[in-house]
Amino acid sequence: MSSASKIEPTVQGTAREHQLFLLREMLRIRRFEEKAAEVYSLGKIHGFLHLYIGEEAVAVGAMQALNANDRIVATYREHGQALARGTPANSLMAEMYGKVTGCSHGHGGSMHFFDISRRFYGGYAIVGGGLPIAVGLALADKMQHHEGIITACFFGDGAVAEGEFYESLNLAALWKLPLLFLCENNLYAMGTALARAQAQTNIALKAQAMGVPGESADGMDVLAVEEASHRAAQAVRAGNGPLFLELRTYRFRAHSMADPDLYRSKEEIAEWRTRDPITTFTARLRERGLLSDHDLANLENAVAAELAEAVQFAETSPWEPIEDLTKDVCTPEVGKL
Amino acid sequence: MKKKTTYREAIRAALRQAMRDDPRVFLMGEDVGRYGGAFAVSLGLLQELGPERIRDAPLSESTFVGAGIGAALGGMRPIVEVMTINFSLLALDQIVNNAATLRHMSGGQLSVPLVVRMATGGARQMAAQHSHSLEGWYAHIPGIKVLTPATVTDAAGMILAALKEPDPVFIFEHATLYPLEGEIEERIAPVDIAKAAVCREGRDITLISYSASLLKALQAADRLAKDGIEAEVIDLRVLRPLDTATILASVTKTHRAVIVDEAWRTGSFAGEISAQITEHAFDELDAPVSRVCSAEVPMPYAVHLETAALPQADTIVTTVHGLL
Repeated sequence: MSSASKIEPTVQGTAREHQLFLLREMLRIRRFEEKAAEVYSLGKIHGFLHLYIGEEAVAVGAMQALNANDRIVATYREHGQALARGTPANSLMAEMYGKVTGCSHGHGGSMHFFDISRRFYGGYAIVGGGLPIAVGLALADKMQHHEGIITACFFGDGAVAEGEFYESLNLAALWKLPLLFLCENNLYAMGTALARAQAQTNIALKAQAMGVPGESADGMDVLAVEEASHRAAQAVRAGNGPLFLELRTYRFRAHSMADPDLYRSKEEIAEWRTRDPITTFTARLRERGLLSDHDLANLENAVAAELAEAVQFAETSPWEPIEDLTKDVCTPEVGKL
Repeated sequence: MKKKTTYREAIRAALRQAMRDDPRVFLMGEDVGRYGGAFAVSLGLLQELGPERIRDAPLSESTFVGAGIGAALGGMRPIVEVMTINFSLLALDQIVNNAATLRHMSGGQLSVPLVVRMATGGARQMAAQHSHSLEGWYAHIPGIKVLTPATVTDAAGMILAALKEPDPVFIFEHATLYPLEGEIEERIAPVDIAKAAVCREGRDITLISYSASLLKALQAADRLAKDGIEAEVIDLRVLRPLDTATILASVTKTHRAVIVDEAWRTGSFAGEISAQITEHAFDELDAPVSRVCSAEVPMPYAVHLETAALPQADTIVTTVHGLL
């Protein structure tokens, strides 16, 4: 039985429309990342570029469980979360181009997308560094009695080796904060396999040891992620304290564009590619008669048009004037509290 | 109406007043509640304000400082107490990579109205791991403000001023100053946090200092006066943003400067002030800018060694004589 039958559609429309929406969202991320790699190779964007290809089901599935008022904290591999949250591809592409029209005015680049209008509190590029921020956001909501608002904190398996992981889970559990910890376990902390870095590889068990109940879900299956995230978010929303969700996934591309990917075998990558979240979901929709060739072509065309426009927007956007170099270091006087 | 108090009690009074005035303000840190604060600053506040507002945190500096940043983003006005500057090293990532960067890195979308207080400094025979004077490090970082109260008035008023700031403010309270006596008003007013203060006027030389070293500079100025040397003494008060105008105006008058800084000399904030003077007032100088700093040694425990390692009034007096 498909887990789909358990899910209430979270967007307007029928279950079919919702599932096509999930597919479209994953395709948007996949094609955005391919485009990012392409323009990076052309020398249009620089700095670090960490692609999300292979992990699309995690961001898309988890995001369905979050409301407009919820807060999101992410990592330096956050393109998928930002797109799934609704930040326009235009402003994300422009950010990577370093243009003033970017979501962070060109100050952050690929690793530091911020969109506070959508309560997207940013990509944090020191591993584990976003977790304490998420604890504080959730604490603020709890202290201000913002009932029903939760903070969702994305991080990778690498962060689980950091002290801040244990400190943050402990504090969230101790203070019963409305915080959903979403661990994207892609099995590698840069080039170090989980089993080579952590004596206990059952990450949910570590969370439990900190007093945060948790479980694992198949991060290659968007419906499984959505279902698990819904359940977890609902429980956190009820005010009983934090929960932990491990989403088991895999990145198909190297850690970053600078990584020659020497630490894992081609066979391993090929094996995981058979579980590609987009192709498997597409096949499933076809089998059930929910997706035709025509539908898929329409989806691909719409995504291609969106990304062509994003590149065009980024190419033609202005740079921030150099006179504004230090403008945002401190809040202007008018912003005084 | 003014009342007699101490640096410690003045801070407590300011905390109390801030929390009574604004429900968004809360105090978070190790042993701030039931213990009453490692330096007894928050003694009794738990009973008055409750555990939500006087929030004991586990020994996890990085996470409770980071949580302070997050809570500030989420609409609160947290005051985070890090027990001492020595332990703040465990929170440096959150301070340097998050608190200081979020406004700029987000393209101006975020402000982090966070106040972090911590005890700093040596001279209590606490040895090498509990005697650091690293506020100059913090002053290196754009995106935060660094305050170093040396008086009772500033100790209290700077907290209220810091809470009005939209960006992170770090307040370094020298551990030897907590018993310092002074006066505060019944209703504490925020103090200016933009300017340095000339706390003694003089014509012959400028002594530039801050925090507990200021008291040494003032002692030295008293002794120099007996020798007929009139030293002007400046309390920097704020290390970032630095009020260079007050420093330069004084040096333009006295033509000589000695900087007294409890930190180590190499790479010190004293070096920064010296550079500011030579960059902007080189032609005014009648002698090289001098520095009285701590000896380049991990702080020793034995009292005679510790005394020898720290700046003292004697050293300041000798240094001044060498410049005149």
